Formats: sequence, structure tokens, C-alpha cells
Amino acid sequence: MEYARQIEHADIVHRCFRCGYCKFPEDYVDFNCPSYKAFGWDTFSPGGRMWLIRAWLNKELETSPHFSRILYSCVACGNCKDQCVYPRFKDYLLNVFEEAKAELVNEGRIPPEVRDYFKAVSVNGNPYKQPQEERGQWADGLGLKEFTDQEYLFYVGCVGSYDEVGQRMARSVGQLLSETGVSIGILGKEETCDGHEVKVLGETGLFTALAEENIMKFKKKGIEKIITLDPHALNVFRKDYPKLRGNFEVFHYTEILSQLIRNNQIPLSNYQAKVTYHDPCYLGRHNLILEPPREVLKGLPGIELVEMRRKGLSAFCCGGGGGNFFTDMVGSGENNPARIRIKEALDTGAEIVAVACPQCAKMLDDAIKSEGQEDWLEVLDLSELVNRVRSK
Amino acid sequence: MKNIYEALVEIMGERGVSNRPEEIWFYGRDPGVLPPHPPDYVVAPETTEQVQKVVQLANREKIPVVPMGNGMALTGLVIPLKGGIVMDMKRMNKILEVNEMARYVVVEGGTSQGMLKAHLRDHYPRLRHSLPDAPPTTTIAANVSLHGQGCLTQQYGFNSDMVSGLEVVLPTGELCKIGSPSLGPYWFSKGPSLPDLSGLFLGWLGTTGIFTKVGLKLYPNKKIREMEIFVTDKAELVPEIIYKLTHLEMLEDLIAWFQPKPLMFKDNYHLTIYFTGDSEKEIEFKRTMIWDALQEFIDNKDGGFMNVQAMKPNLMENPQRGIAAFADVPRGGGFEYSGPITLIELYPQFAAKVVELAEKYDVIYSSAARVISGGHSMMFSISFAFNRADPAMMERVKKALDEATEYALKMGGIPWKPNYMEQKMTMDHMDPNTLKLLRMIKKNLDPHGIMNPGNWEPAP
Ligand SMILES: Cc1cc2nc3c(=O)[nH]c(=O)nc-3n(C[C@H](O)[C@H](O)[C@H](O)COP(=O)(O)OP(=O)(O)OC[C@H]3O[C@@H](n4cnc5c(N)ncnc54)[C@H](O)[C@@H]3O)c2cc1C
Repeated sequence: MEYARQIEHADIVHRCFRCGYCKFPEDYVDFNCPSYKAFGWDTFSPGGRMWLIRAWLNKELETSPHFSRILYSCVACGNCKDQCVYPRFKDYLLNVFEEAKAELVNEGRIPPEVRDYFKAVSVNGNPYKQPQEERGQWADGLGLKEFTDQEYLFYVGCVGSYDEVGQRMARSVGQLLSETGVSIGILGKEETCDGHEVKVLGETGLFTALAEENIMKFKKKGIEKIITLDPHALNVFRKDYPKLRGNFEVFHYTEILSQLIRNNQIPLSNYQAKVTYHDPCYLGRHNLILEPPREVLKGLPGIELVEMRRKGLSAFCCGGGGGNFFTDMVGSGENNPARIRIKEALDTGAEIVAVACPQCAKMLDDAIKSEGQEDWLEVLDLSELVNRVRSK
Repeated sequence: MKNIYEALVEIMGERGVSNRPEEIWFYGRDPGVLPPHPPDYVVAPETTEQVQKVVQLANREKIPVVPMGNGMALTGLVIPLKGGIVMDMKRMNKILEVNEMARYVVVEGGTSQGMLKAHLRDHYPRLRHSLPDAPPTTTIAANVSLHGQGCLTQQYGFNSDMVSGLEVVLPTGELCKIGSPSLGPYWFSKGPSLPDLSGLFLGWLGTTGIFTKVGLKLYPNKKIREMEIFVTDKAELVPEIIYKLTHLEMLEDLIAWFQPKPLMFKDNYHLTIYFTGDSEKEIEFKRTMIWDALQEFIDNKDGGFMNVQAMKPNLMENPQRGIAAFADVPRGGGFEYSGPITLIELYPQFAAKVVELAEKYDVIYSSAARVISGGHSMMFSISFAFNRADPAMMERVKKALDEATEYALKMGGIPWKPNYMEQKMTMDHMDPNTLKLLRMIKKNLDPHGIMNPGNWEPAP
């Protein structure tokens, strides 16, 4: 397809009929595209983006801050690719969005929030602009060992390393894994950004540099198996690192936890609570890890799992994907996806929202505060919940 | 027009108005073959009051207003032919009330078909509505504004016949209730036993007002839904087959379709027969009756029942996703269809015409005729797919569709969801006094001609 601008998957852009199946979950209960839900214009739906990208490739539309917002407010949750009715090209919808963002990066016409994110990662190695030396501080006092020859590398990522909620989760998972005898080592201050959001936001050059550095480091240390805290890291390690010859066996910590529970390797007592589970997009939709987290919950005595109306492949994203955790192009307010998700969680009557991703944890934690529901609902990662049920 | 923008922001808030190039570009077109025309503004109301205030402003300033659902009518009905304001209704998507015993629902003017389906399944599993096979994002208000049809049309008529009350913002900005809600709290009748004023709005394609609420009849949702497909290679037998089947008074939906691809379907006419029941016994009884009704065609070797197992999952979907997939047959994101409402006895002629047009214009066809009201008429779809990146193919499709409409009119049919040119052709065919009445109604309701102008707009 000849356009004035070029992207790799330009040949499928005109094939979108913008019928709108992509806006819904499988059973149509409510709009499931977070940015469409937040902005309420068809231009912010997947079909809207496809049509606008075509016009932009044609130069019928110029790059503008609004156009950039439309692209960057996509949370890359993947609902659209699952629900699209066109099997011959649906798998490439997210590629189109990513490639269009990469083109904006090439043009240097990206929103300031995105620019700042890239700058922080390239200068500081993390989006928090925190010193590299402090990257391992989350593990202080836990007795976790630096990776030498353990079976697994426990990779926590930027959010687990620097964000308060993320750190709490990293500590909890790290401690649980090591106390239950899983052989793990960490990289501490040697860990660097996995580059997942950098890639999704379209900075392919920076992504390649980060990924190659990580791959080299992992190989040098003899790392073969990785357990990730963050499903975003899991996704990039599984799907993108192999393209750069970084082949590792990658697990999400919930997969390991479910094995431990199944094999009765964690002594459990009883903890009575009604719990709902929020599927992180990069665990569920992108990597089809739907059952292990649920197996963990079902294996905990006293825990009653009550599902939200939208779950599994139809789960509603917290709004933090696609780099929005850092750039917040979706914005706050009543229609903020995390707030909508919290209302859905409240509808179940649960007192705990279990999560399996530090980004979701933080997004939902903040949303509970915005909704003024701190007295009724609490966000806990699965390992924190396991810790509550563990026999002390 | 800066002051108009500001006035709109005052009514809608910043979040509810746009005149940015991206929204202007997008809302100036639909997925069909008609050329785009940009609006000046796009608004997305969340309340009836906002709709009213925008319409009042538009009426005062003589600015066009085009209500829009999901833009999937495909025939350019939401393209703002004369600019002005496109009003995206989809933020008004609440389901306001279900009266289970009286079997009706009241929804807002932008509620989607999909959300109503999900709501009923979750909360009122004994009830259902007449879902069209349009994508689930399409709206109920839009569907009745164009006399749509759905899975219960064979039993109960056009979806617009199932309306049980309306709330409309008139082109002059007044809010008006139609039918039983004009007298009390209940939404059980759109007209009878009053003079049926709903006819001033249903089928008018948003040219006489904007629906802010729609009451819709609901119907029993039987526990089991089943289907059979009867196949014949003789188009001339289709009307008689339909006659025999509708005589049973037992079917849910009945669709006669043919298409050249995949090859297994070529040169055959397929009748998908849907039926429902509350027990296996009821289902088997109906199945037997259906088979018996068509036995003579089997005996004469004129047709037979197909093994449906492989196709069943797709055909049982409601709405059927596979229908939208037709748009990608030429790898190009588009199809459009003309769907005249016509007599079932004319099926063979219409079927021949589809093939003739497809050959003449070198385009890919598919056709599905839905039986209406137990056989009083059918919606005969003449669908052509196109590649959006191939303007010449789009032009051929447009010509083929124009010719299809001319043919339908010649055959005494009524174009369905006609584009503005087909409306003109229709009005040219119309009895002059009927046209005069149409014009009088439109003029009185919409003195400044602001509502979806260019549509149902008879030359003075
Ligand atoms: C794959 C496919 C399958 C389809 N199958 C069917 C089918 O089985 N049955 C069927 O009936 N149709 C079908 N259609 C056609 C069409 O999609 C439907 O009729 C659908 O209901 C149109 O809804 P929409 O929201 O997209 O309408 P739009 O195209 O947005 O609007 C249609 C008309 O309604 C007017 N309108 C919109 N909202 C309002 C309002 N609140 N008040 C007043 N006027 C309003 C608009 O101005 C316009 O004139 C199909 C289309 C496709 C693409």
C-alpha cells in the first residue's frame, strides 16, 4: 500500500470496517476499550484509530497534539484484537498502533509526557529518575541473594523497584518465593529496565538498546529461567527478546505460586475473605495466563473467589497499559478506567481485589482512594494474600 | 462560527464538543461508498437536556443537526450532507426500565443493541428483544428510526413495529412523549388507541426529531434455540418453501441466502430456519413439523436439509459476527447493501438481478432475505463488498447499488434505509399526494429544515 507515510503493517489499515465489535467484551455488557470509555468519541476507539491512521498515512490529516493523544491513550490492553471479527488481520491491530507511535517518535512529535518518560529511562535507566544504586533497595532486609547460580532470576522491573506499591509487592513475592524454597536470585542495583513500555510507546531504538543490554547481562550471568513480578516484563521477555536472540524460560510469579499451592508446599491456615480477581492484560489477554492466579485463590482456605462481571479475556483494563501508567494520557475523572474497574469490583461484594501486576496494583489502589472506598475495599497482590493465609 | 462553538461548550462542557480536525474528519464519513462531507462540530450529549439545548441553538441559528448511532446504516445517513452538527448519541446508553410483566424496556437514545442483550441475559433471562445482525455497537434508536429488522421480525414485524413509546426532541427543541408515556408512567403502546403519532418519527431517518428514549417490546426467551438449513438449487421454489414454512406459525427467524463463495454454496439457495422451545419435546415436535412441511421438495429431489454441524456455531450467534466479516472478502474493509422491502413471490427475479449486477459491475455479492411478519414481505439484501483502497471498485459498487434500487422501485418494492439519492428516486416514484403529505409533515415539524438535511427532503 502506497502512503505518504509508511509503517510496516500499512497494508491492513484500510481493511478495518470500524464495525465496533472491538469496543465490546465478548458478551457486549459494556464498552471494554478503556480510552473509548474515557473519552467517548469514536476517534478514541480501535476502529477510529485505524481510520485516522489511514488518513494520517495519506496526509489527509496532519500530526497534531490531539492525534498524538488519540494514539497514546490506547492502553494496548488487546481487547480489540480479541474481539475484532477479521481473523485475517486482527492480530496486527496493536502493531499498527505501535508502529504509528514509532513514526511519531521519528517525527519528534510526541506528547511531552511521553517525551519525559523516554528521557527519564534513557538518562536514569528508570522512569522515576531515581539513582541506579537505589534500584535494589526494595529487597533490603529480606536476605535475598544476588543472582549467581540459582535456578531462577527474580526480575522485578522499574515499578517493583521504585514505586511504593510495587516495592511492597516485590518484597512480598520475593520473600514468599525464597521462604518456600524456590531457588531465586535478584539483580539488585544491576537490574535495568526491561523496555516493555518503551517499545509500546514507539521508541524502538531505545528499546533495542535496553533489550540487548539485558540479554547480554542475563547471558553473561548464566541466567536461563526468569520469574517476573510484572506481566509487562513477562510479555517482553517472552515475545520480543527472542527476536534479539534472548531466549529464556520465562514465568510469571503466579504460575510458580500455583504450583507451590498445588503441591502443598506452602503450609496454609485459614483466612476468611471475599476476594475478586482483576486479570492484568499482559497476563490474561496477552499471555493467556488466566487459570494459575485463580488456582492460587481457590487453593487458599477461607477465601471465596467472586468474579467481576468482566473477567478473563473480557476483563476491563485498569488503564495503566500502553505506558499510560507513567504518561497518564487517559486522564482522571469519573470515566477513568481504574475507577470504573473499582466500581465493578465493589459490585461483587468483595472486600479484597487481588491483583498480579504492580501497575494494576497501583492504579487500582489510587482508584479506591479517588472513589473514597478505602474502608470497604483493599488491593492485595496474590502473594500478599497468600501471606495472610499462611500458617505462621 | 466561533460563537457557536462557545455556545456548544456552554451546553455540553469541553468533553462533549469537538471541532478538532480528527473528529471532524471521522464524523464526516461512514463505512459505505458515499463521499464524505465534514461537519462543523461534533457533540456527544449525556442528557436529554443537552440534546434539547443543542437543537434549540441549532434551530435558532439554522444549523443542521445529524443524530448518529454507530454509523453502520452504511448508506450515508449520518454523513452531514450540509455540514453543521453531528450528534453522537452513544453516551446516552442507559437502560432505564424493564417492565418484566408487561414485557417492555425503556432505553436512552444511544443505547446499543449489545448492551440491551447483555442486560436482559443478566437480569431478565426470560426476555429478549429483536436483535438485528448489525454489529452490537449499533443503537436501538437508530435501528427503529430506519425501520430495522431483527431475529423476531418474522414473528412480530419490523423492529419499529415493536416500539412501545417514544420520547423525542422535536426540531424546534420541545420534548415530546409519544404513545402511552404521554398519559402516564407506562411505556406499553406507541399509539393505539390514540392516533399513532410515532409514524411522524419512525422511518424518518432522524429528519423529524431525535429520540432520547425508546420503549421497546420484549418477547419470551425460550430455553432452547435450534436451526435447520434447507437447500435448493431452484430459486423459483423459494417463495413456496417460505410459504409452507410460515404456514406453520412456528418459526422464530427465517432467512433465505445465497452467495458464490466458498464454492460449496455456489448456485444454491439456503433457507436458515430458526425455531425455539422450552423443552426438547417442543423442539423435536417443531423440527418434525418443519421437515414434514418440506417433505414434498425432498421427494421431488428439489432440495434437502443440510448437515449444519460445522456451520452451526456461527449461524447460532446473535448477532452473527460472520456477516460483518463479508467486508473483508476483497481484503478491503467495506461492503454496502441495498435492502428493498418487497414481496416474497419476487424472490427469483431479485435473485437473478443480484447475479446480473455482480457480473455487470464485476463485484462480489452476497444476499440474505429476511422474512417479515409471517410472510407478508421480505427484506431482500443485495450486498456488494469492496476494497476501500480501490476507488474504482467502490464506484462500481455504488453504480450496482443505484441500479438495484431502480430495479426494486420498478418491481414495486420499497427501498430500505435509502441514501439521499435513493430517497429522491423513491419520492420521484411516489404518488404526488403522498409526497405532498410527506412534505407538509416535514415542513411543519422542521420549519428551518435543520434535521439531517438532504434526507427525506423533497424539492419544494
Ligand atoms: C454487518 C451488518 C449487518 C446488519 N444487519 C442488520 C440487520 O440484521 N437488521 C437491520 O435492521 N440492520 C442491519 N444492518 C444495518 C444497520 O447497521 C442497522 O440498521 C443498525 O441498526 C444501524 O444502527 P446505527 O446505530 O449504526 O445507525 P446510524 O447509521 O448511526 O443511524 C441510522 C439512522 O438513524 C438516525 N438516528 C440515529 N440515532 C437517532 C436518534 N437517537 N434519534 C433519531 N434518529 C437517529 C440517523 O440519523 C440515521 O438516519 C446491518 C449492518 C451491518 C454492517
